[in-house]
Amino acid sequence: MSLLEVEDLAVHFGGVKAVDGVSFAVDQGEVFAIIGPNGAGKSTIFNLISHIYQPTRGRICFDGADITGSKPQDMARLGIARTFQNIELFDHSTVLDNLLMGRHTHRQSNFIQDILFLPSVRREERLHRERVEEVIEFLELEAYRNKRIEGLPYGVRKIVEIGRALAIGPKLILLDEPASGLSVEETQDVAFWIEDMRRDMGLTVLMVEHDMGLVSQVCDRVLAVANGKPLAQGTPHEVQADPHVQAAYLGTPEEVAV
Amino acid sequence: MELIQLAVGGVANGCIYGLVALGFVLIYKTSEGVNFAQGDLMMLGAFVALGLGNSAQMGLSFWLAVPLAVCIMFCVGWGVERVVVRRIFGQPQFALVILTIALGFVFRFVAGSIWGYSPLVLETPFNGVNLRFGELVISMADLLTIVITLALTFGLWTFFAHTRIGLAAQAASQNQMAAYIVGIPVMKVNSLIWGLSGAVATVAGVLYATRGAIDPNIGLLGIKAFAAAVIGGLGSLPGALLGGMLIGVVEPIAGRYAPGGIAIMSPYIIMLAVLVTRPGGLFAQIHMKKV
Repeated sequence: MSLLEVEDLAVHFGGVKAVDGVSFAVDQGEVFAIIGPNGAGKSTIFNLISHIYQPTRGRICFDGADITGSKPQDMARLGIARTFQNIELFDHSTVLDNLLMGRHTHRQSNFIQDILFLPSVRREERLHRERVEEVIEFLELEAYRNKRIEGLPYGVRKIVEIGRALAIGPKLILLDEPASGLSVEETQDVAFWIEDMRRDMGLTVLMVEHDMGLVSQVCDRVLAVANGKPLAQGTPHEVQADPHVQAAYLGTPEEVAV
Repeated sequence: MELIQLAVGGVANGCIYGLVALGFVLIYKTSEGVNFAQGDLMMLGAFVALGLGNSAQMGLSFWLAVPLAVCIMFCVGWGVERVVVRRIFGQPQFALVILTIALGFVFRFVAGSIWGYSPLVLETPFNGVNLRFGELVISMADLLTIVITLALTFGLWTFFAHTRIGLAAQAASQNQMAAYIVGIPVMKVNSLIWGLSGAVATVAGVLYATRGAIDPNIGLLGIKAFAAAVIGGLGSLPGALLGGMLIGVVEPIAGRYAPGGIAIMSPYIIMLAVLVTRPGGLFAQIHMKKV
């Protein structure tokens, strides 16, 4: 069964058709990648799914409901979490506080209870802390728990952002270039985590990635896009072998001749 | 003794600066921008309370007029965000500076055309009531100012440190995109904080009005309050209060013991001294970028 269905999605900025008629469906428990050359519209598709942009045309369905027209702040509640290519964290806060913010939509206590800091509030906070500790253990962030984001190396920040997405407790996690800027070892860690997210946490993963090694290793299916339009869809091997995809990355022989 | 007397008056004065500075910090905490209309919001709040409470105007009881004025000014702050500030969402911070300076002029004009430009006195149940502790004389207005300011600062601090909505506001101030992703309705939070800063400004305005006459230009006090907020570190609520008190205490003492003119300059001299020695303010919230 499809968890996420995207139908004929398009967004135009003035005359620029950043995304133009993209359709795909991601099955429950699948790891799905969107690949394409720079400026193909991959991140724009992510911004449409997380409703940071509103589409000019098309439909987005999640978990059986049409969510086109939702607001970006509704995503966490629906069960869609994401990371950003350029890392969007609460820079002046600690790793722990960043992850705890991921629990925002799960906090039940009301204003008065919060002010009085009732036992029920404390109980609830312990529960959220436990969930966050699970994420910290999973991503091996123990050493950084009380460090501020602004002092952390790039690779660690990238992992903290994945951690915050997991703390949200989503059904679908969108990873925008999880391996960019990471070392070979760190990329291998990311590959293992993605496997574990699917196997142990039952998550569905949609990612944008340039590292074809990582894509081939972890993804079930791949969608290739170029100039906002879909090129090919299938297993990583099929898509890599597709002549349209090869042309988009390398240019066609005729273009080279000109 | 004279020094203590001066200091007490200074602390009460400083509380007013501190409260307006709190308004600066509130807006800064949520939008990382500066609301230069904060002083004029205070002025407008004072006039709204005066319009509701004074016998020559609507003549409501003081204890009814003030909460009502606070509610009205909450709505004004909320409305300013909804109608004006939201339009420049995502623009450079400088846009907010210019916009709020313009808003300040509008507020001054509105107050001037309703209540005139000559000084008016807010009628309170404790006009001219003084408490004596030996040689020390403390006016009821000063005492109330100090108590209410401390209570309000503590309340706001609790709000930001412990409530779900307060934490959401802090998160939104650090990174709006990230705040959206964890499920925070950033726009609604911003409106709420602007409302809150209108309400706090009104409390400051009423307390100011209990201690002397008001006219539409008292909003210029906002510049001193801004200095107080900078001294405190712009992102820190207790820092804003402390900055306000510091200025409030130094001003009258400098006026008494230092050559003329120093007193007027003293807030800015302190601000410069703090900025040179501790660029982040006394309660630094801005941290040095690691290179």
